[in-house]
Amino acid sequence: MPAGRTVEAMMLGKLDWSAIPFDQPIPLIAGGVVLVGILAVLIWVVVKGHLPYLWHEWITSVDHKRIGVMYILLASVMLLRGGSDAIMMRIQQAVAFQSQGYLPPEHYNQIFSAHGTIMIFFVAMPFVIGLMNLIVPLQLGVRDVAFPTLNSVGFWLTATGALLVNLSLVIGEFARTGWLAFPPLSELSYSPGVGVDYYAWSLQISGVGTLVAGINLVTTVLKLRTKGMNYLRMPMFCWTTLASNLLIVAAFPILTATLAMLLLDRYLGFHFFTNEAGGNVMMFMNLIWAWGHPEVYILVLPAFGIFSEVVSTFSGKALFGYRSMVLATMAICVISFMVWLHHFFTMGAGPDVNAIFGIASMIIAVPTGVKIYNWLFTMYGGRIRFATPMLWAVGSPSSSAA
Amino acid sequence: MNLLDPQGPVAAANSTILVDSVFIMLAIVVPTIFAILAFAFWFRASNTKARYQPDFVYSGRVEMVVWAIPALTVILLGGVAWIGSHKLDPAAPVPGTGSPVRIQAVSLDWKWLFIYPDQRIATVNTLTVPAGAELNFQLTSSSVMNVFFIPQLGSMIYTMNGMVTRLNLRADNEGKLQGLAAHFSGDGFPDMMFDVNVVSPLSFPDWVASTAKSDAVLNEDSYKKLMQQGIERGRPTYRLEDPRLFDLIATQHIPPGPGPELISDAGRPHSGGHDAR
Repeated sequence: MPAGRTVEAMMLGKLDWSAIPFDQPIPLIAGGVVLVGILAVLIWVVVKGHLPYLWHEWITSVDHKRIGVMYILLASVMLLRGGSDAIMMRIQQAVAFQSQGYLPPEHYNQIFSAHGTIMIFFVAMPFVIGLMNLIVPLQLGVRDVAFPTLNSVGFWLTATGALLVNLSLVIGEFARTGWLAFPPLSELSYSPGVGVDYYAWSLQISGVGTLVAGINLVTTVLKLRTKGMNYLRMPMFCWTTLASNLLIVAAFPILTATLAMLLLDRYLGFHFFTNEAGGNVMMFMNLIWAWGHPEVYILVLPAFGIFSEVVSTFSGKALFGYRSMVLATMAICVISFMVWLHHFFTMGAGPDVNAIFGIASMIIAVPTGVKIYNWLFTMYGGRIRFATPMLWAVGSPSSSAA
Repeated sequence: MNLLDPQGPVAAANSTILVDSVFIMLAIVVPTIFAILAFAFWFRASNTKARYQPDFVYSGRVEMVVWAIPALTVILLGGVAWIGSHKLDPAAPVPGTGSPVRIQAVSLDWKWLFIYPDQRIATVNTLTVPAGAELNFQLTSSSVMNVFFIPQLGSMIYTMNGMVTRLNLRADNEGKLQGLAAHFSGDGFPDMMFDVNVVSPLSFPDWVASTAKSDAVLNEDSYKKLMQQGIERGRPTYRLEDPRLFDLIATQHIPPGPGPELISDAGRPHSGGHDAR
């Protein structure tokens, strides 16, 4: 091997031009447009002299409001990507009835895996975390979150994960295994490409960012409240934030450990989830849903908090049954950890196990129902102004209850 | 594919539970939606007749009702779930007329193999069963996980390599049903549909006899060819050489399916440095 080639191999490993999909117009054009967009913005920023402002006031900022805004911007940008994926999937489904459609299966499978991954980890999560970052210190009456620098680290880790997912569009491929990459399909023998590696590393990196944000917000709510704000005087959104971030702190390490085991399987010949050598795919199922079900409530609890604030504000009344709302929130927080098995009743675990997890899942409906009724009685005797947020709030329980 | 048009006792019980639980929930949900809309309308800021009660923020009686309604609903639904999951345990017997038919199903990449060990035959992507008889399924996978599902007969169940799951079903009426794979398993997944032919108990032995005359033989070698990744458009049938074939697959005496070929890697859109690993 010539000397020049060795340096190249050290720098780039096995990466070569075959990783760029020159034969695939869709990702190539999409990647080109994004690249042109980024270049145009960069040139504009530099020429207009905005770079120092951007660097000092935003990129290196540790202010919770700015980090919150950046989280929401990241989520909005990724919503464009995830939304385009959704449109491409729907078009394929519309035109592919009893025919091949315009996407080959391996491309379609990447799109639907990327769509699920992006929408949960890089749209819903940054939206919710951004909003909590923005609002919670203000509601608690404190200057910033407990660990401002860590807050910035958490955001940029999340952004790095998002960058990695987008990079897979033009360099290599994304996972073709669905948004949870179930083994053995995601093991090296059935997914030898780099897609699953992109998936696992982007979630590992952004997962650490989420964990950091969770620790930060839990500490903020528990330790940094303004004078006189005891727990039962906190606004409802702070309670739901506390519950949601307690879930993050408890659940995200499970995700990190599970994906680490999958990566060990892929890189170092371990057999955690392989078919061979005593690996057990059901272990992955259990672990991933032990994270995955709390994740549902990590996302929905802050939304419940938003409903509580909106309904009470636009009804011109304090929230009805505040204490029982707090109880309901914390009940959801605890029970959401005890229902993961309902994601795979098909395992055939036996009637007792299935029934117990089925009933546990139903029990979550009790505190959730209490929330709906408390919003209802907050409206009772109110003076309701139908501003846009209130219209959304009234529409949502009616449609989500149905 | 119609869940609400069951063709066997398991699917019938499943769809009864589905309908019952939807109506029990609707009994709570519909009045609640109307209450939300009614309260929102009556207590609008512009309604001078509505009494403004800013201090109505706690009522012990309302709280009790508010916790009790969902709790009672869940107790009722919990009973439905407890009884249902015991009655409909996939491994529970489903007595039928005549002797039970043993079927061993294997999910391959990307087709379904059905082995009839007692009849010494096997079929791909088509399942033929007699009406009215108990069907004892044993299920496994040649490679990745999948889910066996015949919507009009009921109950999904995983197929996993190196493991055997059980499912008992019964088809009551003759006819053609559709079966499918219900767990994403890779690029050929959408083509993993299979026909289910429910034939009369009298003509089932005839079908068995004619299938047993098949030229193709299923043994370890032809099975290994069959489990290569690919889609099967036809409906091949086989004579079964060794009735223990399923056990050899399930115990991994025949190793799991190979996955994509590393060199040609058919259908890969673009590959980033995977080939040498």
